[in-house]
Amino acid sequence: MSEVQISACPACVAAPAAEETAHARDVRDARFVLSLPAIYCAACISGVERELTKQPGVRAARVNLTLKRAQVEADEDVSVDALIGALTKAGYEAYELDASAISATETDKKGRAILTRIAVSGFAVMNVMLLSIAVWSGASDVTRDMFHWVSAAIALPAIAYAAQPFFGSAWTALKAKRLNMDVPISLAILLAGGMSLFETIESGQHAYFDAALSLTFFLLAGRYLDYRTRSVARSAAEELAALEVPRVTLVDGTVISIKDLAKGALVRVVPGARVPVDGIVVEGASELDRSLLTGESLPVETGVDSIVSAGEVNLTGPLIVKVTAAGEDSSLHRMADLVAMAETSRNKYTSLADRAARIYAPTVHLLSLAAFIGWMVATGDLRHSINVAVAVLIITCPCALGLAVPAVTTAASGRLFRAGMLIKSATAIERLAEVDTVVFDKTGTLTEGKPELANLRDIPPHARSVAMALAAGSAHPLSGALFEATKAADIAPAPVIEIREVPGQGVEGRLGDQTVRLGRATWLNAMALSQTATYLKIGEEAPIAFTFIDHLREGAADAVAALKRQGMDVVLLSGDAPAAVADIAHRIGIEAWDAECLPEAKALRVAELTRSGRKVLMVGDGLNDTAALAAAHVSISPASALEATRVVSDMVLLGKSLAPIGEATRVSVSATRRIKENFNIATLYNLVAIPVALAGYATPLAAALAMSASSITVSLNALRLRGKS
Amino acid sequence: MNVLVYLIPISIFLGGLGLAGFFWSIRSRQYDDPDGDAQRILTGEYDDHPKP
Repeated sequence: MSEVQISACPACVAAPAAEETAHARDVRDARFVLSLPAIYCAACISGVERELTKQPGVRAARVNLTLKRAQVEADEDVSVDALIGALTKAGYEAYELDASAISATETDKKGRAILTRIAVSGFAVMNVMLLSIAVWSGASDVTRDMFHWVSAAIALPAIAYAAQPFFGSAWTALKAKRLNMDVPISLAILLAGGMSLFETIESGQHAYFDAALSLTFFLLAGRYLDYRTRSVARSAAEELAALEVPRVTLVDGTVISIKDLAKGALVRVVPGARVPVDGIVVEGASELDRSLLTGESLPVETGVDSIVSAGEVNLTGPLIVKVTAAGEDSSLHRMADLVAMAETSRNKYTSLADRAARIYAPTVHLLSLAAFIGWMVATGDLRHSINVAVAVLIITCPCALGLAVPAVTTAASGRLFRAGMLIKSATAIERLAEVDTVVFDKTGTLTEGKPELANLRDIPPHARSVAMALAAGSAHPLSGALFEATKAADIAPAPVIEIREVPGQGVEGRLGDQTVRLGRATWLNAMALSQTATYLKIGEEAPIAFTFIDHLREGAADAVAALKRQGMDVVLLSGDAPAAVADIAHRIGIEAWDAECLPEAKALRVAELTRSGRKVLMVGDGLNDTAALAAAHVSISPASALEATRVVSDMVLLGKSLAPIGEATRVSVSATRRIKENFNIATLYNLVAIPVALAGYATPLAAALAMSASSITVSLNALRLRGKS
Repeated sequence: MNVLVYLIPISIFLGGLGLAGFFWSIRSRQYDDPDGDAQRILTGEYDDHPKP
């Protein structure tokens, strides 16, 4: 807390030293951060803490319910897996978080600095207001002067400390020859302080110390709300990233961090794991799910000398991969960098607050100048003219404007966060409200990328039970789906023996004296169908095809229906084969769809829509969607998406369901309406206050009343968003 | 009006005491987990002494 230098108590002076020793002790300890997504109650807190401290070697464990995390301090030889195992056994879902990816202390520091400034300005405004009330109710002469002096003694240092964020931001804007909201704010605060000091020295009637301070206080409160909203989103986004602990398993079984991986190293990729690096297969045969990279739902065959890229998922056999690029150099990261560049183009969007500031700031400055010149010409009294000009600045100061946007976005983000949606970008809500066209990706977004058996009814009964027996012996997702479907249909498995998996091909077994096989078309000499399918061959009989369709994601149909009800056009763009895309589009009720889209084609299509005046919302999860996500007006990705994809998106769905999308568009429309209402309220106050100030009748009391009343109305108006759902 | 000579410093001092208390509470991280603190009062496990 280097920014807070006020030592309020003797103990605080000693505190940094104590913190240092505590830190030195921490270095030798192992510190783990666990994510506990399912905890919600007092019993969970004590349950988790009790379970963790019971483990040998654990020194302390503290649950943070707000962040749904636990911090564990333990001896170095304690393994995270043991802790997670113990928690899972006790019924608490737990995941390890990459502690280096979470910069909680960093962000907390900033939040605490704002809180301290709020406290200082709050303290000062209360005391000064107390003195001001005495002045307003009639204190005069020496008493009034003394009160003004005491006020000055409290207010000037408080302003110098608490209003620094505004001064800093205004100075940066002025240096870049721009005007932002902080310029009139800083000017009003500084002029109010300066003029009040002058009046006090001259034992004048009016001092605006209370106005300068309450302005600082209210605006800091707005800043803090804004900061809180973004820090909640940031910490949740960090947590998603931290969930993927970047580790690889080498051939000899040692686990190392991806940062320490050298080119040419051999890495083992077990079935079900994501390929961590770019490389060449040197041993093993398998199938790869590339849907996150390309959008194809059909797995791709791979073997020795095939090239694999980071982000693909290994499905059947273990692979040993020789690393050609890892971490920052991998194709995944290069793609993410490209996207980061594309993203800057969207930063051109000017938020409602900025647009308001652009109109507001010059208007107020001109008005105040006009007041000064007018009174100067009319009376020739310099002091009175300056007084009126400053009163105009103070009374019109955008207290309500400063609160108008943060109060609303805080309420709206809070509501969407509870619905399972994370708002990452500050202007995302405003942009979402303008959307009239929604573009969906298929694999992994509308569908879970999880196959579902489609033609069980067309399969002869004896083949069903043989297939079930073979499927039980394989970890391949198609086998899993086949097994689930047959089990749900109450089929008993046939007595197949000697079941063994042929990596990259399928499963083989013996039924009586016949060889039975379940697997790829090429392996069984079957005619390959154009859709996802696996084939069964019993002895020398003709192969039987089991076809699969993609399982629809929960809430997908609801979301599409809700968006259509709100009058939006819904489009489906997929990199998959036409048959699969048409099927999904039909099931979910989307008329406009396009199949076999390359990543560039998707981005192009979005750009085309944008050029024709549409505001596009893109929902996608794959790397092949990132360009389109970046090109769209606003973008959403599910939590299961690759990190690179989540980084580009403005919003992230935290749960599995897509249903919050419908709610999000609705909330964003009403949030934007509230923001505009708030601007109108603020303008209304100014319409009343400005003539009074111009006429020279504005008193510090009038300024205080106008400021407080407008701030409270604006905040209450924003709170209306939280209530009904 | 002489009473003001005492009262104003006293009121400022008391306010300052509150401010110091608030600083202390920020520094000892009492605003890091508002939801958890709201729930912790409901547990039967008292931690009114330091953990051994």
